Amino acid sequence: MIYLEGLSVLGPGLPDWASTAACLRGEQDFVAADVALPAVLALPATERRRVGTAVKLAMATGFAAVTDAAADAVQLANIFSSTGGDCDNCHNLLEVLASDERLISPTRFHNSVHNAPAGYWGIATGCTAASTSLCAYDATFAAALIETATQVLASGQPCVLIAFDTAYPEPLYSQRPIPYPMGVGMVLSPQRTAASKAALQLAFTGDAAAVMADAGLEQLRRTIPAARSLPLLQLLASGQPGRVVLEYLDDCQLAVTVGA
Amino acid sequence: MQALRLSAYTLTTALGSGLAPHLAALRAQRGGIVKKRWETVEFDVCIGEVAGLDEVRLPAALADYDCRNNRLALQGLQQDGFAAQLQAAIERYGADRVGVFMGSSTSGILSSEVAYRQRDAETGSLPVDLHYRTTHNAYSVADFVRKFFALSGPAMVVSTACSSSAKVFGTAQRMLAAGLIDAAIVGGVDSLCLTTIYGFSSLQLVSSEPCRPFDVARDGISIGEGAAYVLLERGDLARPGDIILSGVGESSDAYHMSSPHPQGRGAHMAMAQALQMAGLQPEDIGYINLHGTATPSNDAAEGAAVLALFGQDTPCSSTKGHTGHTLGAAGGIEAIICALALQEGLLPGGVGTGQLDPALPCHYLLQTREQSLRHVLSNSFGFGGSNCSLVFSRVDA
Repeated sequence: MIYLEGLSVLGPGLPDWASTAACLRGEQDFVAADVALPAVLALPATERRRVGTAVKLAMATGFAAVTDAAADAVQLANIFSSTGGDCDNCHNLLEVLASDERLISPTRFHNSVHNAPAGYWGIATGCTAASTSLCAYDATFAAALIETATQVLASGQPCVLIAFDTAYPEPLYSQRPIPYPMGVGMVLSPQRTAASKAALQLAFTGDAAAVMADAGLEQLRRTIPAARSLPLLQLLASGQPGRVVLEYLDDCQLAVTVGA
Repeated sequence: MQALRLSAYTLTTALGSGLAPHLAALRAQRGGIVKKRWETVEFDVCIGEVAGLDEVRLPAALADYDCRNNRLALQGLQQDGFAAQLQAAIERYGADRVGVFMGSSTSGILSSEVAYRQRDAETGSLPVDLHYRTTHNAYSVADFVRKFFALSGPAMVVSTACSSSAKVFGTAQRMLAAGLIDAAIVGGVDSLCLTTIYGFSSLQLVSSEPCRPFDVARDGISIGEGAAYVLLERGDLARPGDIILSGVGESSDAYHMSSPHPQGRGAHMAMAQALQMAGLQPEDIGYINLHGTATPSNDAAEGAAVLALFGQDTPCSSTKGHTGHTLGAAGGIEAIICALALQEGLLPGGVGTGQLDPALPCHYLLQTREQSLRHVLSNSFGFGGSNCSLVFSRVDA
């Protein structure tokens, strides 16, 4: 058993957890809209200039979850999950490598590693704890939730999960059409605390994954790996105990049991 | 922590395919780095290239996975009877109880690099034979391995630059401890591509000659490629003579994206944590396989951390001079070199290093030594300040 201490959402028409929860409870209509991303004030000015959508999204998602948990980011081991890392940056490198000059920017190159947002998170927070960055294509969110939960259990310490996805520009966009950037953050703890919102238990299952009844939210769930979390977020928004099956790998889904 | 048994392992690098050529090269202190023109690179570059990948053919059912990285993945899987041993584990535990956790930094990005050169002049669209999901995407190699063995358990790729395939050992350990799986295939596959050759060159981190770890005149890395696989099972299955993973340490530098903390703060934390998890003292470690990339700042930071924690007596070396820096595969490859060291009682002397840097007075081995070992430590440190140290031990007779 692990405990949810903090939660954040930043996505299209989903500017924060409060309004996302209202959407998921059916109290507000879901209307997709562009995502506003704040500058990363926690980074030194030299670094702040070097970061694009992916890092801004990951930072904002992470800080919102940590704030919600009233936790201290410097203490938290962290798991960053994303299907493509910084896709704008990758596209730029591919374009330069396909050109005659091939004059790659050193900053672009070091930002091309999948763990670049995690590296900036460390610089911004001063956190020297373990940090893992991972990918499992469409299964990335469930993979990251499992990695975070097992890390919490093994270390006996709280950890923060920062799931974020951004899109490539064309031409790779056609191969991987992610319509909007979206981030989901969670602080998970091995002990129940005053801040605990819910108790979570994970298990693999052959049951079919849940889908969203709202067509717009289901479209998000199907097209953004981080949005594969929406059925779990909906259960959490309801404030009720229950069990939900998240889409993971083709023949292995992830059941999450939510308790008080 | 609960130890894990290394039930089977294999590696493929510029030194050859499988354990035997690696053991021979370590004994003979022979390196595999050559200076040559590669792909469309406009200058000569020193690389540790795996021979014969152009001839590797993937199974027809997995044709969409065809790219240099997955060819290397397949070439690596087919050595040392590894696939048969994994098959036996699958029969023991069930296809849903074996996890696949692989490390890779650049995956099959070479396919997209080539495809961008072939974009349609009018529409800018990519050639139809590019399969992004199964080649370029970071998950590609774990997906390939999982499908190759028809597994139905958990899987993912850890991509934390040059610590990637060390960190997957930690993932496997935690997954087994949580009871979610009974066995795991872990490792790393990373292959040559333009992104890393031009990228490291832009940072002026590529040596013009085969790399010289811990040398006073070291001036950068030599990029290599490789594949490493380990079958991990519960440690209580281990018999005398078996190799176990006994400690994992992970930390972040929280300092800079491409430069290590100058005193090796994160490296020190990772090594100390790995020792603590293994219940060992620094003097228990008989050999350290250094990250030892041969850039001036990386080796200085790692050397400072090793000296602070171990003093000047613990034998150590980097095997990057043998294989080149295989980036996301390096942690897995060097884990297996550590297993070979324990198995054979072999402390590899470095390749490429002539005059040791007097500012780094570690006990760096310039000559291979035969000596029985109980515990060894392997370091892997990456861009973004991602650090991982692993302790491996030989179970007593």
